[in-house]
Amino acid sequence: MTKYLTLFQKIWNSHVVAREPESPAVLYVDLHLVHEVTSPQAFTGLRRRGLKVRRPDKTVATMDHSIPTHDPSLPILDQMAAKQIQQMEDNAREFGLTLHGMNSPHRGIVHVIGPELGLTRPGMTIVCGDSHTSTHGAFGTLAFGIGTSEVEHVLASQCLLQRQPKTCEVRVEGALAPGVSAKDIILALLAKIGVGGGTGHVFEYTGPAIRALAMEQRMTICNMSIEGGARAGMIAPDNTTFEYLAGREFSPRGRAWDEAVARWRALPTDEGAAYDKSITLHADDLTPMITYGTNPGMGMSITDRVPHPDGLSDLSQKMALAKALAYMGLQPGQPLLGRPVDVVFIGSCTNSRISDLRLAASLLKGRKVAPNLRVMVVPGSQDVKKQAEAEGLDAVFKAAGAEWREAGCSMCIAMNGDQLEPGQYAVSTSNRNFEGRQGKGGRTFLASPLTAAATAITGKITDVRTLLN
Amino acid sequence: MAHFTPLASRILPLPMNDVDTDQIIPARFLKAINKEGMGDNLFADWRYNADGSPRTGFVLNKPEAKGAQILLAGDNFGCGSSREHAPWALTGYGFRAVISTSFADIFCNNALKNGLLPIVVDPATHADLLDLVEESPQAQVAVDLASQTVTLPGGKTVNFPIDGFSKTCLLNGVDELGYLLGFADQITEYEKRPGL
Ligand code: SF4
Repeated sequence: MTKYLTLFQKIWNSHVVAREPESPAVLYVDLHLVHEVTSPQAFTGLRRRGLKVRRPDKTVATMDHSIPTHDPSLPILDQMAAKQIQQMEDNAREFGLTLHGMNSPHRGIVHVIGPELGLTRPGMTIVCGDSHTSTHGAFGTLAFGIGTSEVEHVLASQCLLQRQPKTCEVRVEGALAPGVSAKDIILALLAKIGVGGGTGHVFEYTGPAIRALAMEQRMTICNMSIEGGARAGMIAPDNTTFEYLAGREFSPRGRAWDEAVARWRALPTDEGAAYDKSITLHADDLTPMITYGTNPGMGMSITDRVPHPDGLSDLSQKMALAKALAYMGLQPGQPLLGRPVDVVFIGSCTNSRISDLRLAASLLKGRKVAPNLRVMVVPGSQDVKKQAEAEGLDAVFKAAGAEWREAGCSMCIAMNGDQLEPGQYAVSTSNRNFEGRQGKGGRTFLASPLTAAATAITGKITDVRTLLN
Repeated sequence: MAHFTPLASRILPLPMNDVDTDQIIPARFLKAINKEGMGDNLFADWRYNADGSPRTGFVLNKPEAKGAQILLAGDNFGCGSSREHAPWALTGYGFRAVISTSFADIFCNNALKNGLLPIVVDPATHADLLDLVEESPQAQVAVDLASQTVTLPGGKTVNFPIDGFSKTCLLNGVDELGYLLGFADQITEYEKRPGL
């Protein structure tokens, strides 16, 4: 074993409970986040075996995917969604779990509330039956998505059977230009490596452009690590991390805080530690990005033209691009700038935090959204909503003609009734542009909150840099 | 967990790359609170027209699809979300193995836990299999996990990798949670560490 370790290796090593030869490690889980969609069958499994939740104190549940984002006093019309929500409530009660349910002031998207409440802290292992658990890696945690069988395993044992992934350094040199943000970094990375480029690896984002980012922007990047197929994404904790966490509801206090910070300072990758793989991006070269296809790796600079399948040498890639363009109703070689859209969605665990809303509001202030355009702003949590309202952002959005909704996943996954109509186009700050992701037949362009806000004003795909003074 | 016994079946080709779990089972079917019935919604948006009728041309709607237990998929099959509903839909439909050049990590884990065997083959073998189904859609392919082999008609055999633990679990129907709970003492010991 080398003496120099990466951030990932340090956390991995300190969480291995047992390891038998030829078998995966038994890895301890410090925090298990639960939501209504991927957990019901796991609780059924526990009941069938007569098992309890081993550590209810390390398990936190919320409701985010199926819940409506309309006025919470109105009934839930979708009977299946209502039943799933009821089931989550019943399960939390029966197994003694903390649940941020319908009426909790802390309810929100699971990956927004963990950090916001200070539940997510450096050095932890965090899992959830949700692939965007990678978000929490922004705090220097090892955080990854699991399936429902594994949710059951963690509920019952607080552990998981895991094979050790490889490490990949994603170094981002330089500094971002105005109008270019964290979302553009991650979309540029995905355009470079494709949606399978990180399979089997944990990304660690390093370099001056990453260090310069605030916590919420770091979360945006780690969030979409899974879009590159990576098991997790991580960023070493630093003063930015500690300042964000200080004073949060579940952050340690007093002496415990000082001791925690001292421990956290030992987490960053040692100088001289080796990664299995390395990728470098240059922030100075980056522009606002947008996707044109049906996976998050099909992205380009917003000023580029839609690529031509004939330009690809690999036959299956050629077919995939042709199929994606047919679904999107786009022609090779055409620009996306100036293309009208039907909906702008600002939300999701990628970009629904207070700083995202502030950015969008800064552009929309004193302006109107384009006629015949639906603009939805969906805060990531009820706490984000409250903060935004305290700052008057809701008034900015409403005055501009945008919808201001309750917290939830909403049109990121279109399970709650917020969805595109077949054929509609959306610019969305979410993380997935898969066919039908935002509603059956709907067509998604992924972009940053700034690009989304700029598009909301003009009604057409817009380079935000043309609106900045 | 179900035992994985030797299998001989036709293979159904779905050779697109990067098929994500939103295609395998669209999110609107994730509101179910049990696992049953997912097979009917497998690839729903590719398989059915808006009125619910089968879409002609989609591979699951072809006559040879009936009874087929092996899916031949493209690179990076199962990328995207962590939904275990994807393997539930595939096994619910009747698939017992998926052959591809690569799988997304979470999908692969989820498949193994549901007795669905992810078989990784090299691109040349993948191309051979595609040629084979194109020429003779009725051709039978045999999968044997114990010897880690896929056998083509005519007797050509190719090996596939699988880690020893997963293989043992699948062959013997090992209950992974039972195995994990066997570490209860070590887990209790671990939990005594300061700072936990
Ligand atoms: S916002 Fe979207 S990506 Fe994030 S947890 Fe909800 S559904 Fe998943």
